Amino acid sequence: MSAPRRAGSPRHAGRAMLGATAYAVTIFLLLPTLVIAPMSVGPERYLRFPPNGFSLRWYAEYFADSDWVNATLFSLEAGVIATLAATVIGTMLALALVRGRLPGKGLIELLVIGPVIVPHIALAVAMFLVFEQLRLTGTLLGFAMAHTILALPFVVFTVLAALYRFDADLERAAVSCGASPLRTFRHVTLPLIAPGVVSAALFAFIISFDEAVVSFFISNLDRKTLPRKMFEDIDYNISPTLAAVATMLTLLTVAALVGSHLVRSRLDARTRSAEP
Amino acid sequence: MSARPHRWLLGGRHYSSAASLALAAPFLVLAFVTFLLPLGSLLHESLFLPTPTLAHYERAVTAPVYLRVMLRTLRIAAIVTVLALLLAWPLALVMARSTGLKLAILVASVLLPLWTSVLVRTYAWMVLLQKNGVINQMLMASGLVDEPLKLLYTETAVVIAMSHVLLPFMVLPIYSALRGIPDDYSRAAQMLGASEWATFREVIFPLSLPGVTSGCLMVFLLALGFFVTPALIGGPQQMMIATLVSQQVREMLDWSFAGALVGVMLAFVLLLALIFKRAVRLDRFVGSA
Repeated sequence: MSAPRRAGSPRHAGRAMLGATAYAVTIFLLLPTLVIAPMSVGPERYLRFPPNGFSLRWYAEYFADSDWVNATLFSLEAGVIATLAATVIGTMLALALVRGRLPGKGLIELLVIGPVIVPHIALAVAMFLVFEQLRLTGTLLGFAMAHTILALPFVVFTVLAALYRFDADLERAAVSCGASPLRTFRHVTLPLIAPGVVSAALFAFIISFDEAVVSFFISNLDRKTLPRKMFEDIDYNISPTLAAVATMLTLLTVAALVGSHLVRSRLDARTRSAEP
Repeated sequence: MSARPHRWLLGGRHYSSAASLALAAPFLVLAFVTFLLPLGSLLHESLFLPTPTLAHYERAVTAPVYLRVMLRTLRIAAIVTVLALLLAWPLALVMARSTGLKLAILVASVLLPLWTSVLVRTYAWMVLLQKNGVINQMLMASGLVDEPLKLLYTETAVVIAMSHVLLPFMVLPIYSALRGIPDDYSRAAQMLGASEWATFREVIFPLSLPGVTSGCLMVFLLALGFFVTPALIGGPQQMMIATLVSQQVREMLDWSFAGALVGVMLAFVLLLALIFKRAVRLDRFVGSA
């Protein structure tokens, strides 16, 4: 019925143009981040593309500089604590939202999405004001708390999605066989949402590890996170050490995304096999 | 066999109100200390210090120097939103029509930047746009320009870098809307004699509009409060409202005025979020990985 598709027809040209535009946008999206990696292994003091040689000297410089290493370790500490806290608190809240009778549910949902919608600069300045009075600026606890609230929305939504994916009858069945709420959660609910929870934890970690704006305000001279240190250094000079740091951060993100993807495909396989 | 299910499981809602509240309690405490209390204190500073007054707000919205910053912020946010929409729509459409490896590559190219540190991406743009940076080198090599252009610290640079950083927030909602349109619709339209262009105009495009609204709202809201990218790429000449807030706190130590600026920002953001309540959907970002 339809006319045979011919190369050179208007329809063909339209499709080709659409495809070309889409791929151009893809290159625009990826290029800036990908250009940094080759530049970071150049031997010279000035960033050059393409680099004229190969050297890991800027990576060595990073590992030799205690300022960079300390900032990284501090970021890791805050990130691990924030990840654990956000994952536990977020999973509990998601359970209450889906399976519970929560008074003021609408308001709580608004409160969950709040830290995403409110500009981070507003939150950063506001936290600085209160944290200063509570003596939380520059402390591990302060960073962990700030990063936890910022990561929570992503945890809650990921776990909610995992909870919606499986049949609540499975829980009902466990209970009708005499299992207590806690036992049901441990042996039925948690194993079924586990991939969602792990994936939520990975997102929480990336968010905490990359967070720059709030960290910029609540850090002090000797306790700062990696992004805060990057922010300071970018202002002074665009050194190749920064390119090395940026590359390592990007690799970390790729690893977390791949991990999250693997966990998620397992979730899909599992919920499929759990279907009757 | 136990005869009766536990009370907490009756009626689909498994947990009692008390148990639900206990589960939500840690979140509520944390949200109070790190969200409600700080924002409340800042707004309090802006309204009641030293005495109840609206003077700080009046200054924020009438003094020409600050008005200029606000208008620039609105203008840049609007340009970034339109630019992101123009770039995102074709990509989202091609994604929606792809499967397998092609789809995986396209999705990865959107998600990788989305989850890569904003600082890393901003730094990358600074490297690309600087005087002896990659873009100037290419322009000179191709003979288009004789001497390096001043790219960094211009509004154009801010717009390019911000569009890049916010583009995934536009692509994902549009992709998810397009993906939700059943194939049957366009097949039906074409069987009834519609051309491909007519199908696109009358069926596909209107059905993608919820995604477009959602994407535009997210990008516009995020652009309004953007701090890292404009501060580093725009420099002092291209100051946006977030940099102004930061300057008031860090350099002027004027908490009341910073609070008023934040108050204006919050009012604007909340108004938009309430109007487009259904468009603010976080699940599109976490669900797509």
